[in-house]
This record gives sequence, C-alpha cells and structure tokens, in this order.
Amino acid sequence: MTAALFREREWQSWGRVVRAPHRVAEPITRTEAATAFKEAATEPRGVLGVGLGRSYGDSNLNPDGAVIDMSRVDRFLAFDRETGLMRAEAGVSLWDILAVCVPAGFFLPTTPGARFVTLGGAIANDVHGKNHHAAGTIGRHIRRIGILRSDRDAIEISADKEADLFRATIGGLGLTGLILWAEIALAPIRSAMISQETIPFASLNEFFALAADSAERFEHTVAWIDCFDRRGRGIFSRGDWADAGSRLARPRRRGLTVPFDAPGFALNPVTVKAFNEAYFRYNRRSAGRSTVDYDAFFYPLDAIGGWNRLYGRRGFYQYQSVVPFSDAEEATGAMLAAIADAGEGSFLAVLKTFGAKPSPGLLSFPAEGVTLALDFANRGERTLKLMQRLDAIVSASGGRLYPAKDGRLPPAMFRAGYPEFETFARHVDPACSSGFWKRMIAT
Amino acid sequence: MTVVPQRRIAILGALSGVAEATARRLAADGASVALVGRRAEELAALADDLKVRGAAKASTHVVDLVDETDKPARLAEIQEALGGLDAILLFYGVLGDQAKADTDPGEAYRIISVNFTSAAEWMTIGATALQSSEASRPVLVAVSSVAGDRGRRSNYVYGAAKGGLAIFMQGLAHRLAAQGPVRAVVVKLGFVKTAMTAHLNRSGPLWAEPDDAAGAIIRAMQTGGPITYAPWFWRWIMLAIRVTPAQIFNKVNL
Repeated sequence: MTAALFREREWQSWGRVVRAPHRVAEPITRTEAATAFKEAATEPRGVLGVGLGRSYGDSNLNPDGAVIDMSRVDRFLAFDRETGLMRAEAGVSLWDILAVCVPAGFFLPTTPGARFVTLGGAIANDVHGKNHHAAGTIGRHIRRIGILRSDRDAIEISADKEADLFRATIGGLGLTGLILWAEIALAPIRSAMISQETIPFASLNEFFALAADSAERFEHTVAWIDCFDRRGRGIFSRGDWADAGSRLARPRRRGLTVPFDAPGFALNPVTVKAFNEAYFRYNRRSAGRSTVDYDAFFYPLDAIGGWNRLYGRRGFYQYQSVVPFSDAEEATGAMLAAIADAGEGSFLAVLKTFGAKPSPGLLSFPAEGVTLALDFANRGERTLKLMQRLDAIVSASGGRLYPAKDGRLPPAMFRAGYPEFETFARHVDPACSSGFWKRMIAT
Repeated sequence: MTVVPQRRIAILGALSGVAEATARRLAADGASVALVGRRAEELAALADDLKVRGAAKASTHVVDLVDETDKPARLAEIQEALGGLDAILLFYGVLGDQAKADTDPGEAYRIISVNFTSAAEWMTIGATALQSSEASRPVLVAVSSVAGDRGRRSNYVYGAAKGGLAIFMQGLAHRLAAQGPVRAVVVKLGFVKTAMTAHLNRSGPLWAEPDDAAGAIIRAMQTGGPITYAPWFWRWIMLAIRVTPAQIFNKVNL
C-alpha cells in the first residue's frame, strides 16, 4: 500500500482569497494518518489536520507548511441505534452521518448550514446551528475524542479524562493535535421533516421582538437580513421537527454545480442589491407555515456545489461577529449603516440570536447575544477597510469574530475577544500550526 | 416475473479504493458483503464501517488472492458465510513497475499473475459457484482498465494483463449467455483518485472520484453489456487511441 507521503500542491480554503503552496498528505487509514503526522514533525512551518475545506479564511490553511487532508479517513466505528451514540473517524462528513442516522431516527444534535464538513472539522470549530438556544454548540454533544499528539502519541480525551485538553480541542482549530476519531451523541427525531414558519420583518426592532418571542417556543430560529436596507428588513424563519412524516427521506445529491469561476463583476453591488430585493419580495409573498424536508431547511446552499466560485477568482471574505444582547440592536444597526455607507453589500446576511448554553471550548465562538454573518467579494483594500470599521463596532460592544470565517482578524482583537487565549496556547501541539495561528501569535 | 436482487456479494480485493466505495453503496442498500483481502485489521475496520452504513452482514476473509492454492475452498467458505452468493466483484490489481518489467521477466510475471492469471481463476470458479444463486441475475464483475485497450510503453505489461482479463470476461459472458442466468461483465476504469494513483498528478477533468467509479460498477452489476467503460467517455477516448496509426502513436510519450 502506498504510504501517505506529502506532495507539493496549491491548496485553498472556501473563501479562496489565500492560495498558497502546501505539502499535502492524503491518508486513507488512521495508521497512514499517524505515519504522515510523524513524518511532518520535522516540518519547519508545522502541520495541520484539515477536512473538506469549508472554513473560509486561513484557519484551515498552513501556507508553505504541511497539511494532512483527513477527508478520506472516513470510516464509521460504531453506531448504537438504541441510544444514538455514534463513533466515527474524523474525516466522516456530516452528510455521511445523516445518511446513516436519519433512517434510524436520529439527527445531528446541531448542524451548521453545510453538511459537506467533516466531524473533525465540526469539532475543531465547535460549530453551531439554528438551534443554538436549545442545544448549544456541537461540542456539548461530543463525548470522547481520539487525538494524536506529537509529544505523547495517540490518546483518548473527554470531559472526565484530560478535561483541559478536551476543552482546548473543542473549537481548537485543529491546533491541539491530529483528531483521529470522535464519539457524538445524536438527537432522536420523530420524522425527517421540519414544520417551519417564515415571517417578514421591517426593522431590526421587529427582528429582536420576533427572536425573543420565538426562542422559547421553537427549536430552530434564524433570519436573513437585507443589508442594503438601513432599517434592517428581513425574513425570520423558525421551525420544529414535525411529529409525523417520513424518516426515510434520503439527503439529495447536489443538484447544480458551479462549473467555473464567475467573472469578478458578476456579484457587484448592483446585482447583489437586486438579489436582496428579489429575495425579500419572493419570501414576503411566500411567507407562512409549511412543512419541508430537513435538507431544504438546514442546507439550502449545499444544493449548489461550489457556490463559492460565484465570487470569481479573487474570492470572498466572510465576516461573522457576535455581540452581547446589551448592545446588540445598536451594534447591528451600526454595522448595517457602515455596510450601506461603504456601498458594499452582502449576498447572504444571516442574523441569529445565541442562547445562554455555555460553549465548552476554550476558543468556541458562540456566546450569548446576537450573531451576524456577512460575506463580501474580495475587492482588496476597500473590503478590508469596511471590515476594519465593522471591527471597531464589534470591539466596542465587547463582541468577537469567528475564526473559521476569518482571513484577516487583527491579533489584538482576537486576544481581547477570547480571554482564554493564553490557556489555550499552552495546549497547542508543538508540531501543529496554521496560517491563522501564525498571524495570531506574531508579535 | 419478480426480480430477485443480488443481496449476497463477495468483494475480492475489498481494500482497494474503488472496492470500498462500491461496498459503501451496496451497504447503504442493505446488502450482505464478504470482504476478501490480505490485511486482517483493515478488513475488520471496513466491516464495522459497512455495518454502520447498513450492510445486513459483513464478513471478513483474510486470503492472498494471488497465491492462495485452494481457491475453490476459499470461495465455498465465503458462500457459507453469506448463506449463498449472488455476485462476485473482483477489484484487486497491481500497477507494477514497468521500467523494471522491461528487462526483468520476474516482474512481468508478477504483474500478469496478479492482474490476469489469478483473476481468471477466481472468475472461472465463480461462474460455477453462482449457478446455485437464488438471484434473478447472478453476476461476475471484474474491474479492468483502459490501459488494456492499447499497449503503451509506460505500462504495457499491466495493460496486457488487464486487456487479457477483459477478453477473458467477454468470452465468459459469451459462454454464460447461452446457458443463463449468470452474467459476466468487465468494467474498464479510467483514472480514479485512489491509493494506486496517489503518486500521479491528479488534476484535470479526466480524474474520477472512487464513488463515481462505484456508481458505474453497480450499474454494470444490474444491466449492460459485457464491456463497460467508467466514466463512459473513456470508450471514445480509447477508441481514438486505438485507431491512432503507429507512426503517430510512436512519437507520443504515453
């Protein structure tokens, strides 16, 4: 069998702003992954375990260094169809997990808006979903993790065993060692359908009223917001698992794929504004209650393979912040105004409240408050300037940014937003590094 | 007439990348699979994985598929483990070292016995074993390669063995067609991103994912002629390569 050797390759993240040569290993078994990890111990720029590359910035890159692509180390180890406890290798995707667990009457305890992500990546970013106020982050449902350390060999960690390293690994951006496998407690569902309700709102004020009213009554809530509208109009969506309906609904295969890079001008302020207008009008007209399958509810963007290419060759930035409730309405309003002033606009702006469930990881992003996710086509200096203005607003309200989405967060803002940074740094594996991490620890 | 599907499937060379992708699709449909290969630990991990994915049964059989001296006995064991046998899929193969085989008959012999001689033995035994299947269309599938369509300096011993296997399967299909119900199919794969090709530059539109190849193999199990190309466009690429005159072909370094 071919050993997992490193090969020189250009490697990029989902935002495609940073493209850099990497030395890439593509192991198939955990043994091969371990061999590659050992081989990489001598890498001057360190090594990083990566998954399906859905992080947007440079937290899943290690420019001029080594990465171990774990997406083919993807075997299930065990699944208890009574309790919903599942053990799987790090490269298993959420798509694979759903294909197995939905027919058995289980779902992910929480899910991000993309299912082409690996279990290891979901842990390393302590991902959240529309049910954050009910379930917290995915890390709260991870029971055990098998991790390979360059200084200690393979170990098993949990909330009871090496709790500190466990808390560092959840949301730890892959820096605490190579995640080999994990055990996750899945949540029982009665059907594979969601009864949802969509409600148009005319202002941020209405959004906050809807969010407060819905959090206790609905498991899932999220809103799309038109960031060209200074008042903050948008569409609120809330839903619960339906009591009745098929459990056997199989996830659909991707329908469309974006086959090539769209020209850079395709998503310009005019077309994006037109899209936002049309999206608002369409959803306002079709607002109301409906029952949809989980695929349509949770993963609308997965229906278009390679949607990131719509932004053209220069790629795009994601910008996701969370600010505490105390300042949320004001800060969100100020951010929308800043975006409108800059004449930029986000193709998909998502607004959501986070509940009080504490995130388990030392670097977990979610905190009680309001999160706003934006994406901006990369127009160089202009785009960076706008994000600096947003930074000032977020920092002033005591908020922070999501490393998984980031490609340019200033280190000082990172340290201020993540008070356990120093504790975390002590758990970083000496062999591991990433583009993001090098930026954060640069002095 | 009710169609009895192929539910009990032997996978020879189960640890190959394309075999694993195929086994995952079969498992998702609830089939019983016998996983045959050399490395016990990896076979056991694969069996666990396939059971989670929905396989009704996943048995493991540590066999050296080339050097095994009593192949009929091994196949009988597999048949017993699954409680019958409806399909045999043969995946294993070795690319070998063509440069070495240019002058070393030992290497050439090894490439041919892995890819052709032993495969022909398993298919011969399998054709008999499948006669007792309860499935409507029991099937033998051998995975070959487009490399078998024209001899090229970079891999002609491998190509000869895989081409020989294709002719063998075609002939077997011809014989079986006269007596039914067993079918024989050969699937010629193009470039697939597996461990076998990890050393090559795998960018470009011709490279297929193992799961794409698996889809073609499962279709070939159910229907279609004795020779299938996967992905389909290789039929036309290889046609073009076969009809290229030697004067031109000899100037190309393939």
